[in-house]
Amino acid sequence: MARPQVAGLSIAALADGVRARKWKARDLVESYLDRIARLDGRLGCYLLVDADGARARADQVDAALAAGKDPGPLAGVPIGLKDIFVTRGLETTAGSKILRGFIPPYESTVSTRLAAAGAIALGKLNMDEFAMGSSNENSAFKPVHNPWDLERVPGGSSGGSAASVAASLCAGSLGTDTGGSIRQPASLCGIAGMKPTYGRVSRYGVIAFASSLDHPGPFGRTVEDVAALLEVIAGHDELDATSIPSPVGSYRQACAAGLSGMRVGVPEEYFQSGMDPEVEAAVRAAIDEIARAGAKLVPVSLPHTKYAVATYYLVCTAEASSNLARYDGVRFGHRTAEASSLDELYSKTRGEGFGAEPKRRIVLGTYVLRSGYYDAYYGKALRVRRKIYDDFRAVFDKCDVLATPTSPTAAFKLGERQADPLQMYLADIYTVAPALAGVPALSQCCGFTKNNLPIGLQIIGPPLGEEAVFRVGGEYQRRTDWHKRLPKDPS
Amino acid sequence: MSVDRYEAVIGLEVHVHLGTRTKIFSASSTTFGEEPNSCTDPVCLGLPGALPVLNRAVVDAAVRLGLAVGSHIRPHCRFARKHYFYPDLPKGFQISQFDEPLCEGGAVEFRLAGESRKVRLTRIHLEDDAGKNIHDNSGVSFVDFNRAGVPLVEIVSDPDIRSSDEAAEYMRALRALVRTLGISDGNMEEGSLRCDANVSLRLRGVEKLGTKAELKNINSFKNVREAIEHEIRRQTGVLDRGEAVVQETRLWDPDRGISQSMRSKEHAHDYRYFPEPDLPPLAVDQAWIDRAKASLPELPENRFRRYTETSGLSAQDAGVLTSEREIADYFDAAVKACAAPAKKVANWIINEVLARVSDPRALAAADLPVPPAALAELVDLVENGTLSGKLGKDVFSRMWQEKRRAGEIVASESVAVVSDAGLIEETCKKVVAAHPDEVARYKGGQSKLLGFFVGKVMKEMGGKANPKTANELMQKLLG
Repeated sequence: MARPQVAGLSIAALADGVRARKWKARDLVESYLDRIARLDGRLGCYLLVDADGARARADQVDAALAAGKDPGPLAGVPIGLKDIFVTRGLETTAGSKILRGFIPPYESTVSTRLAAAGAIALGKLNMDEFAMGSSNENSAFKPVHNPWDLERVPGGSSGGSAASVAASLCAGSLGTDTGGSIRQPASLCGIAGMKPTYGRVSRYGVIAFASSLDHPGPFGRTVEDVAALLEVIAGHDELDATSIPSPVGSYRQACAAGLSGMRVGVPEEYFQSGMDPEVEAAVRAAIDEIARAGAKLVPVSLPHTKYAVATYYLVCTAEASSNLARYDGVRFGHRTAEASSLDELYSKTRGEGFGAEPKRRIVLGTYVLRSGYYDAYYGKALRVRRKIYDDFRAVFDKCDVLATPTSPTAAFKLGERQADPLQMYLADIYTVAPALAGVPALSQCCGFTKNNLPIGLQIIGPPLGEEAVFRVGGEYQRRTDWHKRLPKDPS
Repeated sequence: MSVDRYEAVIGLEVHVHLGTRTKIFSASSTTFGEEPNSCTDPVCLGLPGALPVLNRAVVDAAVRLGLAVGSHIRPHCRFARKHYFYPDLPKGFQISQFDEPLCEGGAVEFRLAGESRKVRLTRIHLEDDAGKNIHDNSGVSFVDFNRAGVPLVEIVSDPDIRSSDEAAEYMRALRALVRTLGISDGNMEEGSLRCDANVSLRLRGVEKLGTKAELKNINSFKNVREAIEHEIRRQTGVLDRGEAVVQETRLWDPDRGISQSMRSKEHAHDYRYFPEPDLPPLAVDQAWIDRAKASLPELPENRFRRYTETSGLSAQDAGVLTSEREIADYFDAAVKACAAPAKKVANWIINEVLARVSDPRALAAADLPVPPAALAELVDLVENGTLSGKLGKDVFSRMWQEKRRAGEIVASESVAVVSDAGLIEETCKKVVAAHPDEVARYKGGQSKLLGFFVGKVMKEMGGKANPKTANELMQKLLG
C-alpha cells in the first residue's frame, strides 16, 4: 500500500478508507506527520506534535480492525486539538507562558470522546493566549500564518485549529468560540467551523476564558466533517453542570436533508457599513443560492445587535478576570524565580506569565466587577444580554435559521491591527451576538476575494437547532465548490 | 470599670463542615487527617479546565438545617464567586452564595442561665472550604488541599447576642443541633465548627448600633468567650477614652489571649462577587423540602421540653442530657427498656455513665460496656429492692469493667441484698453487744446513733443487708 495523499481529504473519506482497510491508520498518521514536518515551520499551527502518541494510537486502531473490532466512526482520523483542551500527560498551555510546563493529570471530555470514536490526536494547536484575540497574534509562542496568504492572519483565537485544517495538517480539529473564535478563523481560512448551542458540548477540561460564553466546537474541511465531529463530541456530561441532557441530533443526515419548507432570515443589522464590499457581494450571492435551493428568505431585525460588542466585552472581561485568578504560581505553571513576599510572588508571577491581552482584560474585568459598580456594568450587561437573547427567540418565530456574513473582512495582514485593540475587537462584530445568546452558528466558505482570500457565510440557528443549521449549510455546500479549493502548500 | 454603661451587640458567623462523604463540588473524600493532598482532584485543586458540579447531599444537609431552625428555603438560589488571593485558595475565588442564599431567616433557641433565649438568623448559605497553609521552621510554606472543597454552611446570625456567655451557649446549641441532625460532627478541634464574631458596643438604652469590629479565627467555646470578652473590654477602653471604635477586622490569637488588627475598612477586600457561571441556579422544589422535613429527627430544644414537661426532669438534668445527641439517645433507649421512672434513669446516667466516658459521643459506640438496656436492667434491680443503692453502684462498676449484665453478676455471685430477717437480727444483736457505750448514749437520747448501728450491721454483712429491714430490726432491738 502506498502512503496516501491526504491533502484535501474529508473526514468521511479517511474514516471510510480506514474502516474498509484501504489505508492503515498508521499510514494516514505518517502522511500527516510528514506534512507537518515539511510545512508547519512556515505556518506555525502546532505548539506540540505528539508523534509517538499518535503512532501508538494509530497502531491500536489498526490492531482493533485486524481483530475484527470496530474502532468507531472516526477510525484513524488524524485530528488536532486547540491547546486549550487539557490532555493527560501532554503539555497544555492555552497559548500562555504562564502555563508553560503544565502537564495535566486529566483529560477533557471532548478529547476523550474523540479518542473513543477512533480519532487520533496529532498534537496541540496554536491559539491566542487564553483564547483572547481575533488574529492569533496574541499567542505567547508564535503567530499562525494564513495558508492562503502567509502574510496574513488566520483569524483567532482558534487560528491554529483553522489553519491546520485548511493546510491539511490534520483532517479536522477542535477549537473554542467565546465571541467568534471558531467562526471567524474558519471564515478567514476558508473552511467550516461550528459554535454549537451553549451546553451542547461539554466544557470539562477546556481551559476557561469566559465561562458563560466558552463554546467548544469542531472545524472541518466540509460541513459534513463538522457534523461528524459534532456527533461525537456533543451530548450531556455529568462533569459539566451547564451541559444539556437532551439527545444529540443526526447532524450528518441533516446535511443532506434539503431545504424544502425552510425559512431563512436575513437580519438587516448584519449588512451595514464597515463591511468589505467583496464580502457583502459574496454573502448576498450565497443567500440567493440558498433561495434558489428552495428556502424562503425572510427580512428580519435583531434590534439589540448594536449593543452586542459592548455587552460582550463587559461579560467576557469580568469572567476572564475571575477565571485567570488561579494562575498564581502556587500549584502549577510558571512561578517567578524570586519573590520576597506573597504579594510579590503573585505580582511577579502574573506579570511575567501573562501577555498584554490577558492583562488588559484582567484589568478591565476587575474594574467591571468592583463593589458598587456591579449594577452599572456586569449587571447591566447581563440585562442587555437577555435582550439580545430575546431578539433571537423572537426572530426564530419568523424563520428557521439566519444567514449573515461571519466577518466584515477577509483575512487582514499580520501586524495590521495589533496597535489598535478596538479595531481588533470589531472583527467579532457579527459573531458576538450568537455567542451571547448561546445559539448555534456555523461558518463555511462562500467565495473568495479577488486576492484569493476566503469569505465566510454564517448560518445561525435557534437553541439546539444545529440540525436546521446543518440542513442549510449542507445544501449550500452541495450546490457550490468553494470548499473544494485548497491553498497551495507553502514552499 | 464602666462596662455596665455599655451594652454589647454581637452577631456570629458560624462555619460548619457538612459531613458528606465527598466534597461539595467534586468526588474527593472529605475524611479528616489523611496524608496531605491525598484527598484532591482537578476540581478542588483549581486546575485549569476543571468544573464544579454540586453535590446534592450537601444541599440536602443544608435544607434540613434550614428547616430545623425555621428558615425560609428559597425555591431558587444561586452561587457566587468571592475573589481574593491566598495560597490556600486554589481557584483565586471561593464559590459561595451572595445575593440569593439557600436559607433566609429562622432562629436558634437555647437556654442561658435557665432563661430561654432566641437568636434570629439572617441567612444560611453554602460554600466551599479552602485548603490549609502549613509553615515549617525552615521558612518554607506548604499547602494541604485536602480541606479545599469540603462543604461548609455559613450560619449568619442577626446581632441578637448580648454577652460572651450567650455567644458560647448559642454555639453549643448550634453544635448540638447539627449533630442531632447528623449533618456534621461539629468537631471544633478538627475545624468542623468555626466562628467569626461581629462585636460593637452602644450606650445602654440607645437604639443605634455602634461601630463594629470583626473577630476572626475563633475555634473553641473557650475562645468564643475569651475573644468576645477581650473585645468588649478593648472597645470599652476606647470609648471611655473618648475615642471612636475603628471598623476593622481583627485576628484572635488564642495563645496570647489578644486580638490584633488585620485590616481596616479602607483595606477591606473587594470580593468582586458575581454569579458563578459554571453552576446553574439551584432549584429546591416543595417535594424535596417535604422529604427533608419528614426526615428531621427530634431536635434538642424539643427534647428538652419533653424531658422537663413530660418526663419530670429538672431543667439542669434535661440540659445535661440534651447537650449531646448521643446522651439523649442513650437516655431515651434506657427509659424505654426500664420500668423505673425516667428521673431514676437520668440520675444513673449523669452520675455513673457520664463519669466514665471522656467524650459523650462514645455512648453511641456499638461495643459500649453498658448499653442502655443493661443500665435499665440494673436500675430496675435497684428499684425493686434486689440491690441497695450502694450495691447497685458496685455492680455498675463491675458491669463497666467486665462487660457483664447486672442480672448475671447478681445471680452468679449472690451479691443481691439479704432480706433474711433472722440473719439480719442475729447480726444486729452482735453489734449491740459489741458497743455498750453507744447503746447507753442512744438510750440517753442520742437517737441519731441509729445510723451508726445500721452502718456496723451493713459492714458486717458486706453491704448486702436489706437496709430497710436492718433499720427496723435495729430500732426494735434498741427499744
